[in-house]
Amino acid sequence: MRRWLSTFFIGGLIAYRGLFNWIRPAMYIPTMLGSPLFQLIFFTKLGQFAHAESRDFYIVGNSVQVCAMSSVYGMTMAVANERWFGTLGPLLASPANRAAVFLGRGVPVLANGLLVSAFTFGAGVLLLGFRPGAGSIPALAVIVLATVTSCTCFGMLLGSIGLRAKDFFFAANLAYFLMLLFCGVNVPLASLPGWMSAVGRCLPLTHGIAAAREVAAGRSLGSVAGLVWTELGVAVAYAVAAYLLFRILERESRRTAVLDAY
Amino acid sequence: MTNLKMVSTSAFFLLTSTVQPVVFATVAFYMYRTGDRAGTLLYAALGAGMMGVWSTTLFGSGGMIQWQRWQGTLELGVGSPPGMALIYLPFSLANAFTGMYALAATLVWGRLVFGVPLDFVHPWLFALALPATVISLGLMGLVLASTFILYRYANAMANLLEYPVWIASGLVFSTSLLPGWTRPISWILPPYWGVLALRHAALGGGVWVPLAMVVVLGIGSVAIATFTFRIFEHLARDRATLSLT
Repeated sequence: MRRWLSTFFIGGLIAYRGLFNWIRPAMYIPTMLGSPLFQLIFFTKLGQFAHAESRDFYIVGNSVQVCAMSSVYGMTMAVANERWFGTLGPLLASPANRAAVFLGRGVPVLANGLLVSAFTFGAGVLLLGFRPGAGSIPALAVIVLATVTSCTCFGMLLGSIGLRAKDFFFAANLAYFLMLLFCGVNVPLASLPGWMSAVGRCLPLTHGIAAAREVAAGRSLGSVAGLVWTELGVAVAYAVAAYLLFRILERESRRTAVLDAY
Repeated sequence: MTNLKMVSTSAFFLLTSTVQPVVFATVAFYMYRTGDRAGTLLYAALGAGMMGVWSTTLFGSGGMIQWQRWQGTLELGVGSPPGMALIYLPFSLANAFTGMYALAATLVWGRLVFGVPLDFVHPWLFALALPATVISLGLMGLVLASTFILYRYANAMANLLEYPVWIASGLVFSTSLLPGWTRPISWILPPYWGVLALRHAALGGGVWVPLAMVVVLGIGSVAIATFTFRIFEHLARDRATLSLT
């Protein structure tokens, strides 16, 4: 168990430092803080122009959704970049527990997602007049944590595909944009066609954003527990699917000798 | 032409120039429908298309310098006799023209899925304003490309600049919603005048003034890019940072 935890935490941290060694403040600030900030302003102003929903609807939706930038892209890269950097072979040759290797990579990504989301909520307060009650902040933090977890698990699934797919960034980009449309970030699910809202309910973010909006409007965490548990259920489903896919693709890559091939 | 062929077959560029604008256009359509602006869906389609033109120009400008840096061919370009502005001008224009897919995609998508009427008030002026706007954006991309010679994190800067230009140019909402101090920023951006020209050509209004501004800003961009390429190239060589990734 001690070895499992060591691989999970220390291995995850070292892998993050190794795979994301190119991150500098000059890279991180424009991409992970600047872009979410302007996304928030863009959709809030668009909503104001369209007279669609209240300002808080867009602030909460986008502040939660931006965690997907870290979770989806970060987690995809945390798995698939091993192949890009040519380190996948040595990693898979090690006897380390695969679940610990795989899930441990999600911890730094998850922490980063929380930071990005918190920053965007803060920008909403400072620049756009978002005023959640002080009592709602711990509940919002719990909901964002659950949502970042489910997005990270979704990113794991995309990362697993990157073990074999050539252009895994295309899939990550596509997923990120479609989440903007399907997950009720800027358009209420009720306004979407039935099939789109059904797809949205199977994706991460959707239930978390709905819960965050309720809490920001003054409801208690207990009253949205169903939505939060559903979000966590989505997380577990994606984590299991990602792990299984990882193992299948790992075995197939070994069998067909295409582990590091493009 | 070679660059145009290359970017036309890139999955990332196809995503930026077709899928992303269609997704943003769909979000905008639903937001307009949810509000009381359903009659302005053509406004949203044009704006979302222009968003795609800008994204393609931006990522293309950053990408072409960064890609050459990664491939080790940037120094060869710098060392060749023609000025760098002349070398990268066709690259920038090719990137911007790929962005025209975006406008075509959002208009076709809007027509087929949302029934947006494509009855342009001044179709011939629209046909004139479209290439003028795309060329002007390409020339603005040339200015950006020159800064990416000096700035090693071009991709990060490209990520940052996507939304601000969409916002300041008022591509899918009026700039009157923005603080007054942002107005001069809008006025110096070719996409601001470009979308005005396209919007007026499609929905009615004066086209010639915004079109003239598009041309003036395009010419201004070439002049600035010629100067900045020379300065930034010299600085990068002086600091020995040209090929650092």
